[in-house]
Amino acid sequence: MAKAKQSRYLMVYIGIFLVFLYSPALLLPIFSFNDSTIVAFPLGGFTLAWFIEVFKTEPLLAAALNSLLVAVITSVFATIFGIFAARASTRYQFTGKRGIMGLIMVPMVLPEIIIGVSLLVVVLQLGFNLSLTTIILGHILLCLPFCTAILSAGFQGLDRSFEEASQDLGRSRLETFWYITLPLVMPAIISSLLISFTISLDEFIIAFFLSGTDATLPVYIWGQLRFPTRIPIILALGTVLLLVSLTLLIIAEYFRRIGARKTGNEIKGGLF
Amino acid sequence: MNFSLIQKIRGQAGLILVSPPFFYALLLLAFPLMGVLALSFWTQDYLELNRGFTLDNYREAWTGAIYQALMLRSLKISILVTLLTVVLAFPVAYFISFHVPPKKKPLWIFLITIPFWTSYLIRIFLWKVILGFNGVINGSLIGIGLIDEPLKFLLFNQGAIVVTLSHAWIPFAILPIYVALEKIDRSLLEASEDLGDGPVRRFIRVTLPLAMPGIIAATLIVFIPTIGDYVTPKLVGGPNGLLIANMIEVQFKKANNAPLGAALALSAMFVVSTMAMVFLWFNRKYLKQGQ
Repeated sequence: MAKAKQSRYLMVYIGIFLVFLYSPALLLPIFSFNDSTIVAFPLGGFTLAWFIEVFKTEPLLAAALNSLLVAVITSVFATIFGIFAARASTRYQFTGKRGIMGLIMVPMVLPEIIIGVSLLVVVLQLGFNLSLTTIILGHILLCLPFCTAILSAGFQGLDRSFEEASQDLGRSRLETFWYITLPLVMPAIISSLLISFTISLDEFIIAFFLSGTDATLPVYIWGQLRFPTRIPIILALGTVLLLVSLTLLIIAEYFRRIGARKTGNEIKGGLF
Repeated sequence: MNFSLIQKIRGQAGLILVSPPFFYALLLLAFPLMGVLALSFWTQDYLELNRGFTLDNYREAWTGAIYQALMLRSLKISILVTLLTVVLAFPVAYFISFHVPPKKKPLWIFLITIPFWTSYLIRIFLWKVILGFNGVINGSLIGIGLIDEPLKFLLFNQGAIVVTLSHAWIPFAILPIYVALEKIDRSLLEASEDLGDGPVRRFIRVTLPLAMPGIIAATLIVFIPTIGDYVTPKLVGGPNGLLIANMIEVQFKKANNAPLGAALALSAMFVVSTMAMVFLWFNRKYLKQGQ
C-alpha cells in the first residue's frame, strides 16, 4: 500500500519533470512554423516561410558550410587520436599512464572558456591569425576525451583471441590491426565520429573565442539573437539542426549496438 | 626473452602509441595553460605586453570590488545550480533504475538526452521565451485567470540563470547517479527490509550511501563547468546577472587587458577546484564514518 502510494508520487514527479525537460525542445518547432515575427503566444497561422528564409540567407549558409567543414575535420582527427589513446590505454601498461591519460581526458571537465582563453593567448602570442583552423584545433582538444571514452569501450569489449589467432596464422601486427581489429571496433569508430561531429557542430564558447572573420553556425546564431526580427529564422534553423543531430545520434546508437553484439557484450545503458 | 624484457617492450609500445594524442594535448592544452599562467604575471598597456613579473593582476582580481562581487555571485549561482540539478536528477535516476523494466531502460535514458541535442544557444534563448514578459508561463497563467498582470520576476535575474543552467546540466547529473544506482546489489535492500527497516530508513541507510559515488560525480560534473558559463547570464541574467566568465571575456576582448583576464580565469579555476577538493575530502570522511 505504502509502496504503491510512494510510486504514484514518483510518477507524478516524473511527469512534471518531463514537461520541464521537454518544454524548450517542444517550443522550437511550434514557433518555427508560427506566422508571426513575435516569438510569444498566442500563435499566428501556420507558415513555412521561415524555413524557406533559412535556405535563402547567404551568411547563414556560409556559416553552415564553415561549421560542416570544422565538424568533419574535427571528428576525423579527434577519432584518429582517440584510437591511439584508447588502444594504448586498454592494451598496454606504460610509465606515466595515469598522468598521460588524465591530461587527455581533462577537457571533459574543464570549463570551455578556459580552453578558449588559453588557446587564444597562445595563438595571438605566436602571431597567428584566428581562423577556422584555430577553431578546429580547439574542437579536436574538446572532442578527444569523448572519442577516447567511446573507443576505449570498443577496444575493451574486443576478444583478444581473434588477434592472437590472426598473428598465429602469420599476419603481421599491422596487418592484424588493419584486417581484424579495425573492422571489429568499426562501430565504436563510427559512433565516435558522429558524436564528435555533433559536439563540434554545436560548440559555441571555444568557437566564439577562436573565430576570425569566418563564423561557424553557433557564432552566427549568437550574432543574430540580438535582432528580434531574425529570431523566427534562427528557430527554424534550430529545428533543422535538431533533426540533423537526432538522425546522427540514432545512427550512432545503431552502430554502437551492432558493435556490442559483435564483440559479444550485452547491450547495457551506454550513453543512451 | 625473459618476462620483464617483454614487459619493457610492451611498455615502450604503449608509450609510442599514446604519443600522438599525448603530444597534441601537451601542445594545445598544457602548454597554453602555462602560457595563461605566465600571462597572468605580466601587464598589458593597450596592445603592448610588459613581461616584467608582477602580482598586481592577482591583487586586483582578489581585492577589486567588482571582481569580488562577480566571483561570489558566480560561486553562489554554481552552488545553487548544482544543488537544484542533483536534487531534481536523483528521483529521475532512481525511477529509471528501480521502476523501469530492464529492457526499457536504454530507451528512457535516450528519452532524457533527446532535448539536449537542440542547439545550446537556441535552447537557452527558448528559456527567455518561456520566462519572458509575454512568455509561455505568463501567457498560460493569465489564460487560466490566475494572474491579471504578467509576472516580471521570472526573467532577467539570477533565478532565471539557475533554472536555465539546471535544465542544461540535468542529463549530466542523471547519468552518473543512474549508473551508481544500477550497481547496487538488490539483495542488500531486501536484507535491510528483512532486518525491519521501513522504506525511509532503508533508503537512508542503504540506497543513499551506496548512491554517493554517483551523486559526487554528478556534483563535480555540474559544478566545475558551470563557473565558466558565459551564454546563460548574457541571455537570461539581465543587468544584475553577469558572471565571472563574462568579465573574463571583456578583459580579453574589449578591455584589452588579457593579463587581468588570465588572472581572473586562473583564480576562478583555483577557487572551483579548491571547493571541489574540500567537497571530496568531506565526503570521504563522512563515508568512512558511515562504515
